[in-house]
Amino acid sequence: METVEIPGQLQPYWAELACGFPRVAEVFPDCMRVALSSLSAGGVAAYIEHARFLGKMGRGAEPILIFLEVWPDVAGEAGEDALPDIMEFIRRMYKSPNGKAIIPFLESLLATARRLHSREQLSDYLAIALDLMERTTGSIHGIHQTFPSPGLPEMFRQVPALLSRLSLGGLKNWVDYGVRYYSDHPDRQIDYFSLQSADSLAVLQRERHGTLLVDNERKLDMYLRGLWRDEDLLIPYSSGFDELRQPIPYYDKLGIRLPDVYSDAHGIAGIDRYRAALAHIVGHRRWTTAIFADNMSPFQRMAAEFIEDSRVEYLAIREYPGLRHIFMALHPVPGEDACDPEKESGVRHRLTMLSRAILDSGHPYKNPHIIEFAQRFHDLMRQGDSNTREMADLAISFVAKIRRQSDQLAKTHFKDTVIDYRDDNRQMWKFIEEGDEEEAFDEERKIEPGEGIKGLPPRHYHEWDYNTRSYRPDWVSVYEALHPQGNAADIDRLLAKHASLAKRLKKMLDLLKPQNKVRIRYQEEGSELDLDVALRSLIDYKSGAMPDPRINMSHRNDGRNIAVMILLDLSESLNEKAAGCDQTILELSQEAVSLLAWAIEKLGDPFAIAGFHSNTRHDVRFLHIKGYSEHWDDEVKGRLAAMEASYSTRMGAAMRHAAHYLEKQQADKKLMLVITDGEPADIDSKDGRILIEDARQAVKELDQQGIYSYCINLDPKADEYVADIFGGQYTIIDRVESLPERLPQLFISLTK
Amino acid sequence: MTKKNIEQYKIHKEPFYQAQNDEVQLYEAAYVARLPVMVKGPTGCGKSRFIEYMAWKLGKPLITVACNEDMTASDLVGRYLLDANGTRWLDGPLTTAARIGAICYLDEIVEARQDTTVVIHPLTDHRRTLPLDKKGELIEAHKDFQLVISYNPGYQSLLKDLKQSTKQRFTAFDFDYPEAGVETDILCKETGMDQDLSAKLVKIGRAARNLKGHGLDEGISTRLLVYAATLIKGGVEPRAACRMAMVRPITDDADIRDTLDHAIEATFA
Repeated sequence: METVEIPGQLQPYWAELACGFPRVAEVFPDCMRVALSSLSAGGVAAYIEHARFLGKMGRGAEPILIFLEVWPDVAGEAGEDALPDIMEFIRRMYKSPNGKAIIPFLESLLATARRLHSREQLSDYLAIALDLMERTTGSIHGIHQTFPSPGLPEMFRQVPALLSRLSLGGLKNWVDYGVRYYSDHPDRQIDYFSLQSADSLAVLQRERHGTLLVDNERKLDMYLRGLWRDEDLLIPYSSGFDELRQPIPYYDKLGIRLPDVYSDAHGIAGIDRYRAALAHIVGHRRWTTAIFADNMSPFQRMAAEFIEDSRVEYLAIREYPGLRHIFMALHPVPGEDACDPEKESGVRHRLTMLSRAILDSGHPYKNPHIIEFAQRFHDLMRQGDSNTREMADLAISFVAKIRRQSDQLAKTHFKDTVIDYRDDNRQMWKFIEEGDEEEAFDEERKIEPGEGIKGLPPRHYHEWDYNTRSYRPDWVSVYEALHPQGNAADIDRLLAKHASLAKRLKKMLDLLKPQNKVRIRYQEEGSELDLDVALRSLIDYKSGAMPDPRINMSHRNDGRNIAVMILLDLSESLNEKAAGCDQTILELSQEAVSLLAWAIEKLGDPFAIAGFHSNTRHDVRFLHIKGYSEHWDDEVKGRLAAMEASYSTRMGAAMRHAAHYLEKQQADKKLMLVITDGEPADIDSKDGRILIEDARQAVKELDQQGIYSYCINLDPKADEYVADIFGGQYTIIDRVESLPERLPQLFISLTK
Repeated sequence: MTKKNIEQYKIHKEPFYQAQNDEVQLYEAAYVARLPVMVKGPTGCGKSRFIEYMAWKLGKPLITVACNEDMTASDLVGRYLLDANGTRWLDGPLTTAARIGAICYLDEIVEARQDTTVVIHPLTDHRRTLPLDKKGELIEAHKDFQLVISYNPGYQSLLKDLKQSTKQRFTAFDFDYPEAGVETDILCKETGMDQDLSAKLVKIGRAARNLKGHGLDEGISTRLLVYAATLIKGGVEPRAACRMAMVRPITDDADIRDTLDHAIEATFA
């Protein structure tokens, strides 16, 4: 291998560095030149000293190489005094089993420093990384750290992309979340920190800064409808993942596509940026007619698009003059001399200047063509709305005037020419020939029979995490299905067994039936004299004042208006024999629910029955036994008869799902009865409190939706947790064998 | 009833009313035949102003009753009052109108309970009589008497609808907010504001009307536009006046408020 000669004046530094890697020798002179020109004397000394350390670390040439290359630039961004912090962090990694993360860390350093700008922010970032490292580095005996952190190098690889979308606070939350949930699962941790898993993206979405489209959809819908008398579906596209080529807003027959998030920019709030993009798109929909593209060159087309964009904005501003300041703020102002016509193609540059000149009468441009064409544009617009064709003609003559040889250059001047609220103008063109292809290859796909969807897609629900006081987004998947059928006669037999109880219940029910009368007072004509008012009137009369003639009252019947949801816990523990009785809890619940259902049917309240059990958060099953539109008939009884118990109890998700059915019922009062035999628990939840707290949160949510939840608990030890979940709204039934009797009574007293 | 008492129901100064269509001629034709009239339309679109204008044009007294839920039949027809000498009968507004030959205008008729509204039935068909049960009198309506009711089919609940038997006693006018040009003229003439500013107010009003049914029960009425214009004429900054008179009264929904505020900002550059 050829050895590289180190120039004489750099020799002392090279000796100081004492590095034997030939690859380092190759780049050293260049790096040193940059360092000497940009760093202070002390900075250069520190540069060499720390590079020396990195070279002697025993991790090959890579760390020292990267450091030598990036540090001068990083120092320019974050300041030279950031170096001790960075080196301290590298030493910590070096001393722990995380040596492998040093290279990704150094590689991401420059991009990170560019995002963070200041030294303080950089040290906050290092603190986040250190925290991640310490919490995810594994140990066997709890003393020595033995396993490297799986997520740390992945995080460094993602961090430039992450910081483009998150503030440091957001990054901290995102890292925290990953550490908390995946610290004991290396593979999942890697998925999380490399942005592969759905959770990771969901949390990222939640922590993003800026104005999210999903949060403002309603406002923007109203904006379209109210101000523009237009409406369409607003579909977000992700703006965070295409670093090279940012997608542009557009519309087609499916809807209007907008970026999922807009940060505030140039003093314009995110929501107003959305409004600007929508105003522009609506402008096209209103005023642009598609023209044939075939006879125009690419430059001519680009020019036509720019000028047509200006026209629709001009018209939009004519409609709503307040849009002007938004467009003005968002429209870039390219410097007149910013583009070197000898080296790069300046078509975009000149068109953007023209567009600016049209929008902004106080533009700074001196170019006579720009001024002339801006004037011609305004002359045309003064005569009316003009049209796309006229704009295209204007564009063609503009291109003819400003054409230069250098326009053919491959390198195009892009700086300050991107007008990000404008759409891609795909609707402006039509083509005589669809394409050059002789054959169309996209044949219609046939869907194979039998490929249809089985079952309903899962619904996702949040789960409350009391540790962080936040929701885990879309954490639980609920699959719903109709409960399998069994033999309806079994239920009839159970009811027959409780015939005497049913008779007693019936008496109570008759008392409850809607017959309670409500008095309507202050009637001039009514069925009875209202004594209170009559006396008052008489007193008025005697004292010479004007008596109130409305001294009668009448009655009207008041109906019950209660919708009920009975939610049954069908977890494994129901298969146990009830204490002091030879029936299982499941059988007793069956009897109790049958009696209750019979009773509610007699009362005529709308009610539904559903069961649930869960097998981890990925599989919560919600089984419909009776729907609101069904009657208490053999089909429903059959389903109830086939009830089986297995798996665990993830109560919160089931309650949320049940609530979304109950919520749709038209009733004054909505009651959800949860019948369970134990505390919420699942096999993937090690912390027992989490599901209890989640269920408590679910009860709160239900309360906000106007649903009264009530728990009937068959666990004699339930006192420890049930009050935490349901507050005072629960009953514990110690003697399970009394359930069939107690349940309908409870219901009746609840709804009296 | 004395001459003076009749005078108080007369309208002496011409109320400003901008005809949107041929409603003035149609109303005159209905009055010639003394047909009962119903005017429908959203709040603040000029129903009451139209009736007032017609009463002025025909030179007839106008008796207006604002209906409400607590109103009873005797509030319309009349009742016995007690005084030092015993009892005294007092005519209600409907009875007064029938006696003196006024136009009786029952505003927001559906607000009254249905058992109240049936008392108008005998007055609205060929009989043109009003029986006063308690007094034992049958009033023949004066030849000039006419009954007019108004209601807003939009915002009332399903329960508050007119009975078919009531509806089918009336001829009806459908009112709506006027065309943009007409509404601008109305603002100019009513408040003396200039054409340009009026057109802007109308534009904001129309933006809100597009949102009806999408979170707004009712758009910004012409009446509110007039309020805003009045405030502006009184020296209030236009944006503040619009927010105060046109946006804050009609909605508590933050999203709608925000959108309408933006409409104001976008309209006043």
